[in-house]
Amino acid sequence: MSDSQDIIFRNVSKFYGEVLGVNRVDLNLAPGITGLVGPNGSGKTTLMNLMTGLLQPTRGEISILGLPPDRPELLFNRVGYCTQYDSFPRGMNGFQFIYSFLRIHGLVHPQAEDMTWKALEMVGLQDAAKRKVAAYSKGMRQRIKLGQAIAHQPDVLVLDEPLNGLDPMARAEIIDLFKRLSEKGKHVIVSSHILHELDVISDQVVMLSNGYIVAEGDIHGVREEMTDVPMQILVRCDKPAMLASRIFQEDHAVEAQMHSDGQGLLLRTRDADSFFLLMNRMVTQEGLRVESVAPADDDVHSVYLYLIGNQGGSSS
Amino acid sequence: MSAPSLPAAPPQTEVPWSLWKSQVSGLLRLEVKKYLLSKRALLLYFLAFLPIFPFLIWNLRAMLVGDLPDIAQASMFYAGMFQTLMLHLVIFFACVITFTNLFRGEVLEHSLHYYFLCPVRREVLVVGKYIAGQFASWIIFLICVVISFCLVYFPYGGQGLDYFTSGPAIGHLLAYMGVTVLAFLGYGAVFLFTGLLFRNPIIPAIVIWIWEGINAFLPAMLQKISVSHYLISLCPVPLSGGPIRVIADPAPAWLSVPGLLLVTLAVLFLASLKIRHMEISYGGE
Repeated sequence: MSDSQDIIFRNVSKFYGEVLGVNRVDLNLAPGITGLVGPNGSGKTTLMNLMTGLLQPTRGEISILGLPPDRPELLFNRVGYCTQYDSFPRGMNGFQFIYSFLRIHGLVHPQAEDMTWKALEMVGLQDAAKRKVAAYSKGMRQRIKLGQAIAHQPDVLVLDEPLNGLDPMARAEIIDLFKRLSEKGKHVIVSSHILHELDVISDQVVMLSNGYIVAEGDIHGVREEMTDVPMQILVRCDKPAMLASRIFQEDHAVEAQMHSDGQGLLLRTRDADSFFLLMNRMVTQEGLRVESVAPADDDVHSVYLYLIGNQGGSSS
Repeated sequence: MSAPSLPAAPPQTEVPWSLWKSQVSGLLRLEVKKYLLSKRALLLYFLAFLPIFPFLIWNLRAMLVGDLPDIAQASMFYAGMFQTLMLHLVIFFACVITFTNLFRGEVLEHSLHYYFLCPVRREVLVVGKYIAGQFASWIIFLICVVISFCLVYFPYGGQGLDYFTSGPAIGHLLAYMGVTVLAFLGYGAVFLFTGLLFRNPIIPAIVIWIWEGINAFLPAMLQKISVSHYLISLCPVPLSGGPIRVIADPAPAWLSVPGLLLVTLAVLFLASLKIRHMEISYGGE
């Protein structure tokens, strides 16, 4: 029996007839929060559906914590999936929705009831538990789906656009929940168009475009590997003009823009390491006083724009 | 260099009967209520109480005109209504409505994924939903059989009561109820399977309905390739054929009952194979 803790895709392809879903996907996802990023139709949902056995790969193999997705009786004791479908079995209230499916898991009444209330509490819907799901707002429906996905306390949580329809307060609460689950060593796989929020929470990202994975890993690492795209660095210091003039003596500098207040500059360089060495020398030898240094384009949004461009569907 | 193989799934060491029992009971809790109380159930109630109207008219006629036929003729009247109106129309279409929608209905409502995302073998889902459909159908339609049967003998007063207490009526009623149950088992399995197989299961349902309908007028050999032949063979009161109807030898009960159950199990097995590879794709629905 396997004790693998990873989610593994090995040369996985999925075609819908002649239409490509995803092609030649090789992935190895460790526990933590993984952001799936890509424009509409890039293959994010296909990847999630393959992971959970709702679709079967045309080619290749998938293993979720050592379990194949075509064994639901084993898989869904450890996996929860909050899909993008905004539909529910008819006539149920929030409590019944979670409780009924826990009973189908095979749980007895007291256990299912207890877990239902815990799930409702985690998504903040205890007060609305006895109201019909059909009467819920979009944000509440999103939360009840999330509650249903986490009710059985899975080790892998797959979430397709879970932040859609949530107000800022609810978003913050749900993001906090993802972080807590991740800290417990669980997998949280999130697809979202809200890139700046993914940027804050993701331990790693998988970027998809037209069914192919274009980048994978820690976002800073991904950005560093893009050596053909100059890196933008924001520096706040007391002598930005001197710093600008010095970097242009080096061959890696591409561009420098002074801040209007004369207390900083935004520069683009092909070799960030060389720039940092130069700046350190100026600090120690020439008394440059640096207030802050920050990369300006190693976030998900920037990397997304560099790799995928404005194919639509993303927002910062 | 070839990539190392992925971790193997743990082998199934023992058959978890008690877990399956709990899961099926969880499905029954959810489904039976849905089948009995949903809007779609209104059509079932209409179908179930449709055959009661001719018997109410039978009673009304008896009250107003008063010339009741012989009680044996009343049995023939019920047998005719049961084999034509109830078996061929009401129960058949009740099965179409209920069982094609066990999974098809969930696809149309975009809710099937909730079932597929439970830690339940898909074969167990098939069995659970099928049993739930059976329970709901039996509740509605056995009541209909009992009411309509009692209405036939109601105008006979004491003579009708004697027919129940010391005559063959109770035996007939139990036989009709048994045939109803078998009809739901057989047609139910067939329509569960067609609901999984076809995007529009109404067309195969109508083809089957026509086949079952014209079956009585086909050569005796072909009559045996139908569900209705075996069901009618089990009915307690045989009907005489018309001028163009070919009467095939009725199949004996020892063949009809196990035969229908075996066909049911075989079709459920095929449905389980089909659902094991079913994907969720609501896009084209």
